[in-house]
Amino acid sequence: MSEVNTPNQNLTRRDFLKLTWAVFGGLALLETTGIFLAYLQPRLADGEFGSILNVGTVDKFPPNSVTHITNGRFYIVRLGDGGFLAIYHRCTHLGCTVPWDETQQKFICPCHSSEFDRQGTVKNPPAPRPLDLFPVSIVDGNVMVNTGAPIQRQTYETAQVVYP
Amino acid sequence: MNDDIPEPSILDRMRNRLTPDELPTDDRGRMRMVVDSLVLHLHPTKIPDRTLRWTYTWGLGGLAAVLMTILAFTGVILLNNYTPSAPQAYLDILKLNDNVWFGELIRNLHHWSANLLIIIAVLHLIRVFVTGAYRPPRELNWLLGVAMLLLVLGANFTGYLLPWDQLAYWAITVGTGIISYIPLIGNWLTRLILGGPEVSGNTLLNFYSMHIAIIPLIIFGLMSYHFWRVRKDGGLSIPKSLEESETGVEPKMERLTTIPNLVQKELLYTLVWIAVILVFAMLVQAPLEGIANPDISPNPAKAPWYFMGLQEMLLHFHPLVGAIILPGLAITGIILLPFLDINPKNVGVYFRSRRGRALVLLAAGLSLIATPAWVLMDEYLLNWNGWLPTWPSLISNGLIPLAVISLPLILLDDWVRKSFHADTEERVLFIASFLFTAFVVLTIIGIFFRGPGMALYLPWNMPASSH
Repeated sequence: MSEVNTPNQNLTRRDFLKLTWAVFGGLALLETTGIFLAYLQPRLADGEFGSILNVGTVDKFPPNSVTHITNGRFYIVRLGDGGFLAIYHRCTHLGCTVPWDETQQKFICPCHSSEFDRQGTVKNPPAPRPLDLFPVSIVDGNVMVNTGAPIQRQTYETAQVVYP
Repeated sequence: MNDDIPEPSILDRMRNRLTPDELPTDDRGRMRMVVDSLVLHLHPTKIPDRTLRWTYTWGLGGLAAVLMTILAFTGVILLNNYTPSAPQAYLDILKLNDNVWFGELIRNLHHWSANLLIIIAVLHLIRVFVTGAYRPPRELNWLLGVAMLLLVLGANFTGYLLPWDQLAYWAITVGTGIISYIPLIGNWLTRLILGGPEVSGNTLLNFYSMHIAIIPLIIFGLMSYHFWRVRKDGGLSIPKSLEESETGVEPKMERLTTIPNLVQKELLYTLVWIAVILVFAMLVQAPLEGIANPDISPNPAKAPWYFMGLQEMLLHFHPLVGAIILPGLAITGIILLPFLDINPKNVGVYFRSRRGRALVLLAAGLSLIATPAWVLMDEYLLNWNGWLPTWPSLISNGLIPLAVISLPLILLDDWVRKSFHADTEERVLFIASFLFTAFVVLTIIGIFFRGPGMALYLPWNMPASSH
């Protein structure tokens, strides 16, 4: 390409035209690819999943409970100390819906038998990281969950818990 | 105009225009007919008698083309009874099965032909591999074939979602979950393919357009190219016996006219297979489960059967290793084969040589023992994650087991080279046979031996799955 940038007597008119064709042809190709990809971008309608959900008052969830909120695709986990977590029910391995097993007190994925404790921490692979969280906020005693912003995490930390 | 010959009627004139008066009886006329015909001119006018040998090609490429034709016809008429939207798609399939004349039969034909096509395409690839028929000048046609195999898998996978039942929904969830492990672009690509964060009506539309338009168009384009290349590369590779290959004697060949020698065989073969598929489709229903429910994953949730080998690997490796690196290496190896293995000597000899035949048996036998042994060991003894709890799972559950299984393979290769004096092409054959057998074994384990919670069960002891 240095030939192009430095003035060069050897650049004939034919070469120049060839180069022009190549540059503009390449640009046109890039634009077409861009349009194609933009056209195929996910088109999400404003719906139940992806918005902020009000799942009810704080006292609806007793300590040490796990409640499946199916239309929001998450679990409300209330820990023994009263703290809240909203855990996305999608397995971090390959995306299956993880049911809560009340007798074993674990999330057990039916697809590849990954296991998670009530904080979402991996207890048994192949899941590579804890279950994702949704941001929880407590407004006037109501538990609000933002399902539009899943949080990926590598470990469980107490800072993730929200207290009323 | 002579008065003795009556003027042909309008019907006679139309018939004469559409079909020849009589079939040619001499070789010259038969060759002429091949050249003049739109369909038949895919073939040369004469072909070497040896390539007609049934036990050389097994008619696999031709059968794949027949299956593609069945799929195109059944696929197009299925469109008349299908709406690509959730949940209507599922209701349409129910209606197709219960209220549409021959609806169930057409769906079964489409379903079973698609599944058979995968098997036939893979066997076709194996036939070309073990007879060395991909060697120069046929490298490009090998690549076209590999591309079509991948597209056939893509067509099957996208078609799998269309019934919108539990089977479809979760197989596609798991299948696209694999894509998200591609480094850097995985998450973006998965979102693009799914049309959102999870499998939804948008996914159905995306898959529908891929399945009914984009992939078939590319496949039919490549098919034409593939056939044309067969002619350009000088026809099929010529089968040779071991003795001919060892003594270097050029085989004696006679060239026979395509009509009737090849055409007759093709027609017979096509008719037999259509009959087989038709009977099968009448007797065996294509599966259909309950309507897709995003809240409940069935236990076990299995990928389509042709991806069960891959899913089985996911149980043993971190997804980046099991679903991206290992299959990526396999496909790269398959693509590079005709550029690495270029010895023109024994093209057309099944398994290359006497030693080659022994090595294939040895490799398959070893793999039949080693693969289940490794699966059992990994299931019950090995626990890399537990032993190395602070290490990232990509290393403890990915790279370390990868190294552990690579080591015996390298030792085996070395042993074959030293003890059997195997040359490069025989070593390639040995390793490929070992790995392919391993993949088949993993697929069988995945399909028949994995039950609820993906635990190992004996097939006759399998607990019922929950949906």
